[in-house]
Amino acid sequence: MSQILQYVFSGLTTGSIYAVVAIGFNLIYSTTGIINFAQGEFVMLGGMTAVSLSLFMPLPISIMIAVLVVAVCGGVLEIVFFRRLRSHSVLHMIIITIGLSIVIREAALHIWDEKVRSLPYFTGNECSSVKLLGAAISPQVFWVLGAVAVVVAALHCFLRYTLWGKAMRACSSNPIAAALAGINTSNMRTLSFAVSAGIGALAGCMISPISMSRYDMGTGLAIKGFAAAILGGLGNPMAAVFGGLAVGLAEAFSVIRLPAAYKDATAFAILLLALFVRPHGLFGSRAADEAREIAE
Amino acid sequence: MTRRALIPVAVLAAILAGIQLAVSAAGRDYYLTQLIMSAYYAIVVMGLCLVMGYAGQISLGHAAFFAIGGYTSAALTTRNIPAAHDAAWSGVLRSAGLLWARPDLYGETLVTVSPWAAFVLAIALAVLVALLIGWPALRLKGHYLAMGTLGFGLIVYRIVLGTEFLGAADGITGVPPWEIGLGIVISERKAFRVVNYYFAWGLVLLVLLLLLNLVHSRVGRALRSIHGGEQAANAMGVNTAGYKLKAFVLSAALAAAAGCFLTHYNRGIGPSEAGALKSVRYVALVAAGGMANLWGVLFISTLLNFLSLRGFFGTFDHAAFGIILIAIISLTPEGPLAPVGRWLRRGRGPQPGTVRDDDTQG
Amino acid sequence: MILRVESIRRCFGGLVALDDVGFGVEKGCIKGVIGPNGAGKTTLFHVISGLLHPDGGEVYFEDRRITGLKPYQIAGRGISRTFQSLSLFGNMTVLENVMVGCHRRTRSGMAAAALRTPSQRREEHRMRAAALQQLEAVGIASAASEAVGSLSFGRRRMVELARALATEPRLILLDEPASGLNTRETDELGDIIRRIRDRGVTVLVVEHDMSLVMDVCEEIVVLDFGRTLAEGSPAQIRNDPNVIEVYLGGDFENAAGK
Repeated sequence: MSQILQYVFSGLTTGSIYAVVAIGFNLIYSTTGIINFAQGEFVMLGGMTAVSLSLFMPLPISIMIAVLVVAVCGGVLEIVFFRRLRSHSVLHMIIITIGLSIVIREAALHIWDEKVRSLPYFTGNECSSVKLLGAAISPQVFWVLGAVAVVVAALHCFLRYTLWGKAMRACSSNPIAAALAGINTSNMRTLSFAVSAGIGALAGCMISPISMSRYDMGTGLAIKGFAAAILGGLGNPMAAVFGGLAVGLAEAFSVIRLPAAYKDATAFAILLLALFVRPHGLFGSRAADEAREIAE
Repeated sequence: MTRRALIPVAVLAAILAGIQLAVSAAGRDYYLTQLIMSAYYAIVVMGLCLVMGYAGQISLGHAAFFAIGGYTSAALTTRNIPAAHDAAWSGVLRSAGLLWARPDLYGETLVTVSPWAAFVLAIALAVLVALLIGWPALRLKGHYLAMGTLGFGLIVYRIVLGTEFLGAADGITGVPPWEIGLGIVISERKAFRVVNYYFAWGLVLLVLLLLLNLVHSRVGRALRSIHGGEQAANAMGVNTAGYKLKAFVLSAALAAAAGCFLTHYNRGIGPSEAGALKSVRYVALVAAGGMANLWGVLFISTLLNFLSLRGFFGTFDHAAFGIILIAIISLTPEGPLAPVGRWLRRGRGPQPGTVRDDDTQG
Repeated sequence: MILRVESIRRCFGGLVALDDVGFGVEKGCIKGVIGPNGAGKTTLFHVISGLLHPDGGEVYFEDRRITGLKPYQIAGRGISRTFQSLSLFGNMTVLENVMVGCHRRTRSGMAAAALRTPSQRREEHRMRAAALQQLEAVGIASAASEAVGSLSFGRRRMVELARALATEPRLILLDEPASGLNTRETDELGDIIRRIRDRGVTVLVVEHDMSLVMDVCEEIVVLDFGRTLAEGSPAQIRNDPNVIEVYLGGDFENAAGK
């Protein structure tokens, strides 16, 4: 039983990171229609930046600055690459974001080298553990789950109750009407990139003590995050949380049957299954998709 | 074969011969190795060009097919089959050329699948996988298809990386040379370099001709119509799902074939050949070559791969292709060679993109 | 009846686009489908041509059921169509666009094409000639090697028409062919439609331009809110009180708005 619980917590932990990546995907997708392949790189950048900063700054400050820096990077990315290129076809936008993810990743390699780094555990160290129902859980897990929960809740409130959040939602459902209503849609797009980058960076910091940070961790995260986003239904930010946790849990439990070397492949297989069987996600609707397609 | 396609191909053949003579005369035979590798990669890229440029379907997992071809060839020709040592049936298969006995490093006898048989099996496997993946995947559009093919590629990568039988992180080495016949041996040995150069580039020219013919035919138009408007193509009687799949499977077979040959030439293969970075590189090359432009893709692919193999980009090798992708697509979506193509076709009337009209002389 | 549409129902989520639509088209006839915007006319065409599957009902072409077939199969049975917002292949020339129309009438496969066998070459020749012929029939043969993007709207419409006719259909669905055309072009269109019918092709046309409809159509079916409101000759439709009411204010003959 305690073994199962280990798997559950392990799955929830990684799953919550996938959820954050998925939320980032959804945010950007719904405001700009772009699938940002570089989403995973934001997570990587957050962790790596915080690690470097933590060498001469207290941990909480390092994290805050790292999040801010990466958020700004996200916004800058949108301004430089996507503002003037909106008229390009889907194929082109995909290729550009892929190119960006490679460039970011290689830049990270040159800035930081290929060594694995990690932030120190926020409380305790790698040996400390909390006993919960017979399983030994690292305190960092609670930090991760807690932080993600706070992020999700905060984002939900932001989108629902603040003016800017509502403006973002308006942009995603009807950009033209939003613009007519006086909303600066360009800035909203930039904001969506910045917010996605920021929450990704925060997740990267949280997970760093457990999973380590490495210059090439971004690609896998992006795919798994995308799998999570698809499971929940693209464009539905909150369903992405469910998708992320589901992918994380499936991956954690996969080691029961499959050799550990194939663990990563589990998430990719889930992605393919989701795409082939139900691309609109468990919460999406086919009719909406069809109507949209025919109208085009 | 059309007169129009043959002349440029003949010119290219002459240029290639000239390059070889010049390089050998200058004593830089090692350039030939990089050119040979570039040739095989060019075959992959031309196949991908058919799928991406003409049919308009993005595939971010094509390196996986190269790897399927290469790894199958490598594994089958290096893994001993103990059961086949004394069995009667193996004698039959050996004389049929399907199995192959030879002494290994320690003087023991090694019975493996022969390179030709391994080649056929590799292609068959690639075709099968392409069918299995392509059938559901090609129903997807845009980013779903991109992610799906990327996911597929990563699964193959994880499999070759994590499987002991396939050499795990070290890949497979000690792949034997392949005697194709007529004195052609696929092997990296210096003595065979020139022969391999002509063989590889001969293959490239053959594939180029076949694809050019395909593109300027009813099939090519069907593919382009899928890219130009899938719904309308369907309404005009084009079986879009069928054609997408055929193009995909053909390109997978080409990639796998290239994988087999290059694996025998390099005497081995490693997991990086299946990685996402390789797949993205192929996509970058198709984009840089102008998407629906076989000549452009061949030229750019050869140039950039050669430079990359020579170490021109140093540690920024991967970054270079990423930057190329971004720059090409944002600045010149039609490919940087588009103005050149238009200049070459001046006086024949305005053409969309870089596709030529059919040859009326037939 | 070359085409029979029976009890077609199609919803998009909560929106009922087509509700129990049924009518027939006689062979060799020019039949019009009219109705206010949102009446479901284009959805109906999508269902007949196979781009959408109906939630209920059947479509019969030449007495064979075609409901649920894929669009390219329906094209193979002999139904072709044009699109309301033009759907030309922007990456090809005018002639290439029309040659795609010849696709279903030819059969060289990938191997024959790659090897350029003599029979494939002959077929290419024939396709080219057939496509040029179609272009001549609508009067734009001179633009054959031009990019479709460089043509005026009216000429692009003609390309789409030529492409649809190149499939040699027995029934052609024209989706608002006059939209965007000026008066002269609309008159020419009327002649073209009649010539199409004279070649033995049955025509089903969705149109808003009442003068064209009344002039060219032998029969008309009226849709409103996804339901068949009336069906009959132009004279009958003109005087049908339901139709008059739906088109707001009786002066039906002059309701030539788009």
